[in-house]
Amino acid sequence: MLKSWKEKVGMLCVLLTCTLMLSPAWTLASEVAATAPVVPNLEDPNWWKWPVLLLVVTFFMGIVAVLGGVGGGVLFVPIIGGFFPFHLDFVRGTGLLVALSGALAAGPGLLKANLASLRLALPVALIAATMAIVGAMVGLALPTHIVQLALGGTILGIVAIMLSAKKSTIPDVPKADALSSALRICGIYHEPSMKQDINWKIHRTPAGLATFIIIGFMAGMFGLGAGWANVPVLNLMMGAPLKISVATSKFLLSITDTSAAWIYVNNGCVIPMLVVPSLIGIMLGSFVGVRLLKVAKPTFIRWMVIAILLFAGLKAMHKGLSSMGIL
Amino acid sequence: MSEIVTKDASKEQVFYATILEKGMFFGLGLMFITFALYVFGIMEPVVPVDQVANYWAMPVHDYLVSINQNFLHWEHVPTGWSWMKLLAKGDFLNFLPVVILSGVTIVCYIVIVPGLFMRNDKAMGFIALATAVILTLAASGVLRGGAH
Repeated sequence: MLKSWKEKVGMLCVLLTCTLMLSPAWTLASEVAATAPVVPNLEDPNWWKWPVLLLVVTFFMGIVAVLGGVGGGVLFVPIIGGFFPFHLDFVRGTGLLVALSGALAAGPGLLKANLASLRLALPVALIAATMAIVGAMVGLALPTHIVQLALGGTILGIVAIMLSAKKSTIPDVPKADALSSALRICGIYHEPSMKQDINWKIHRTPAGLATFIIIGFMAGMFGLGAGWANVPVLNLMMGAPLKISVATSKFLLSITDTSAAWIYVNNGCVIPMLVVPSLIGIMLGSFVGVRLLKVAKPTFIRWMVIAILLFAGLKAMHKGLSSMGIL
Repeated sequence: MSEIVTKDASKEQVFYATILEKGMFFGLGLMFITFALYVFGIMEPVVPVDQVANYWAMPVHDYLVSINQNFLHWEHVPTGWSWMKLLAKGDFLNFLPVVILSGVTIVCYIVIVPGLFMRNDKAMGFIALATAVILTLAASGVLRGGAH
């Protein structure tokens, strides 16, 4: 009962955010002046403090991301956007590059080990990547406070999904659907815990692909990466085994985030002083996180990630509402 | 068309993974070099490092207009692929590894498409081709958001 309630709240947050974002009313709100305030060339001798702090925070973020089983992007955008002085445009662009780098680093190994399935990823990626472009364009056109508010709602929705999402190591798929059969989306992998080779196939492919319209849009709009949504859809809805779902989701991010990243790059949302320390911090943190995996308590880390996201989501909503003069 | 499903990754998958891996290592390695050239002042940037903090809190549109007014004095703000004209500048040189990391997936797609069609795997071939076209379109700079 409780789980179903949490699932409904999560889905409601996600759907409300999408409805809000797709409303044509915001296109008028996005009209902007062609000029910008001229900034005096003030030299700040302490300019280096924020990039160094960014490096330190992203290092710990990298550790927590690995231990908590979440992508870097989903932590990066709400935390850096909420507590650092950088504008959300640059935070989202950097967040996408953080998620992209993580996916690029993991992708080749997962593909070679045949845990990430190219055949499963290709049709999903076509839809998710296309919608990520649309999401990135809409996100850049909307006023910042609206994006901030929607980001807060989405993060709270992710928290609800994380609290309620079930997992199925090897879902029961009685019969592959027509579309997945036509595309021959299936495979074999070795499951060491069961000491056997698992033949897997998927079902509900059209519904799963349709869900990636929303997932891709949100990934592009908020620069979050989308592992939090990819895995439940691939695993629970489409019936791919958990390991295949996790690995394919990670690889999928390298395609979805690529398409959205280009929109941000072409719009000038890249400041190297933010991007490079973030990537170095996350990468070094991930290396340490992998080593800590053996001794860490996953349940504690998972609750910590949920608490951090809850706080960051509320902070994003507070920022958005404050900018609108409501709080 | 009829390919036996095995535990091993398919040819396309391994090919894709190999190119992705090489592109990723090249991009990340280059990023360390270009950032060092920038942050240690070996290459002069457009925006001096001690003035970057004046700009990172601005919306991207205001940032681009401001750096154009203060430093570049171009007719148009530096968006799309115009960073290529600034490769001699330390900060914009860092766009190069970012673009390599963002572009390696497109290369992977283009490389696997002929193999898919040659093995008569037409459906996947068209899907891969369509994705490559969409990613190329995104990379081209034709598609842009109305930056606020």
